[in-house]
Amino acid sequence: MSRTHVNCEVNGDAVDFLTEDGESLLNALRDELGLIGAKEGCGTGDCGACSVIMDGRLQCACLIFAPEADGASITTCEGLASADELHPLQQCFLEGAALQCGICTPGFLIAAKALLDENPDPTETEVRYALAGNLCRCTGYDKIVRSVLEAAVQIRTPA
Amino acid sequence: MKYAAPTTIDEARTLLAGDADAIVFAGATDVVPQMRAGRPEPSMVIDLKKIDRLMSVSLDGDTWQVGAAAPSSALTSNAAFAADFPGLAEAAGLIGSDQIQNRSSLGGNLCNASPAADSVPALVVNDAVAVIAGADGERRVPVADVVTGPGQTSLAHDEIVVCFELARPAGRTSDAYLRLIPRTEMDIAVVGAGVRLTLDDSGSVSAASVALGAVAPTVVRVPAAEAALVGSSLDDASLAAAAAAASDACSPIDDKRGTISYRRQVAGVLTRRAAGIAADRIRTRNGQNGVS
Ligand SMILES: Cc1cc2nc3c(=O)[nH]c(=O)nc-3n(C[C@H](O)[C@H](O)[C@H](O)COP(=O)(O)OP(=O)(O)OC[C@H]3O[C@@H](n4cnc5c(N)ncnc54)[C@H](O)[C@@H]3O)c2cc1C
Ligand code: FES
Ligand code: FES
Repeated sequence: MSRTHVNCEVNGDAVDFLTEDGESLLNALRDELGLIGAKEGCGTGDCGACSVIMDGRLQCACLIFAPEADGASITTCEGLASADELHPLQQCFLEGAALQCGICTPGFLIAAKALLDENPDPTETEVRYALAGNLCRCTGYDKIVRSVLEAAVQIRTPA
Repeated sequence: MKYAAPTTIDEARTLLAGDADAIVFAGATDVVPQMRAGRPEPSMVIDLKKIDRLMSVSLDGDTWQVGAAAPSSALTSNAAFAADFPGLAEAAGLIGSDQIQNRSSLGGNLCNASPAADSVPALVVNDAVAVIAGADGERRVPVADVVTGPGQTSLAHDEIVVCFELARPAGRTSDAYLRLIPRTEMDIAVVGAGVRLTLDDSGSVSAASVALGAVAPTVVRVPAAEAALVGSSLDDASLAAAAAAASDACSPIDDKRGTISYRRQVAGVLTRRAAGIAADRIRTRNGQNGVS
């Protein structure tokens, strides 16, 4: 196995790590950088639990070879909250009971952030399509969709 | 396994030519799941996304050049491209989720050589040409001739698809792509149908292309359906004849997604509907991609 030294920006911080070339970015985030928010649900692009935003685009970290991240800028769910305040999406998920076991939640939060970055005022249908790459075995999705719509309102009209 | 990220086509080809177990990749949305399913690990994965020409989508005179490694989202978000090829943009926009479409490429969709690859019927009806870089320079091959069977292509080991050339459609021409899956998103086509039509001033069909996916070992063109449409005003009898010809052209498999007789019937239905959509697009000229 070859190893590569990767320099990138994660949640605004410059970081570097050494990785085996065939390793996924998901494992590098979790094992080298200790960012265990993104989860492996399937490892094959189907469930979205590993979702990250890399260079502005929502992607499955399980499908990214870790060396691809060299020079990239990455946002994970750990980058959503500020020092002492949750992101409106996180707050709305909490208040709207949009999670039960929570395994899928980091992926849904990041996919929802990618949507709202592009489209601050989505319809329910647009939310459902945007989250179609994220699977949840617990909630039945409805509370997730409602929480994303509520967060969109709060982000558009800050208190 | 080694990872390499060449910035030129020559460099990528040299790496490939020097290692019989190396592979190229763009989104790895087929490569990684296949490795996870037990396919032997390659000795090297060569990332094509750092090569500018493979990532660019541009209009050069009357020809669109679509980089083989450009993600689907680069096509669905390009309004000028989607207006020229609404059916192809629609097909690219059906591949997986947003997460997948930010990585999945047309080059990968073609070269993975799945009979169900959604973009391939849409490329074929638009007479797309694959520009392939090899030891003797570049050759141009109709997309329809690249895939030779499930998982098999006519590419040599050290050849790379650089881009797709698509001539801008002539006036009163448009395309459409429809697929049937058991749910709304995130599934593999049971049947896919691409249709491109040209209408004359009286509204009759002057040219037609029909291609079907997931009903045979490779995507199939259906000349009999095209013949049924040409000269017609898309009346019920002609549409029914085109649908019957599409059903007849199928040699599908029976699997959990659909039986042989179901796939045959659906191929006809989708062909007919896609022809209707392509014709409506020409008539209204809004050419927009209405399906996500
Ligand atoms: C969750 C999920 C959902 C999916 N849904 C769909 C779907 O709805 N419809 C569909 O059609 N597909 C679907 N796919 C399959 C896949 O996303 C597509 O086939 C995609 O277009 C592959 O592109 P890629 O860039 O990721 O290919 P890669 O995995 O990078 O490559 C695929 C193959 O092509 C070869 N290759 C790639 N680029 C080139 C090139 N330029 N020259 C020569 N060879 C090359 C590679 O060596 C490899 O053999 C899905 C996949 C996942 C994981
Ligand atoms: S772990 Fe990446 S999509 Fe499921
Ligand atoms: S909350 Fe358990 S999988 Fe979504």
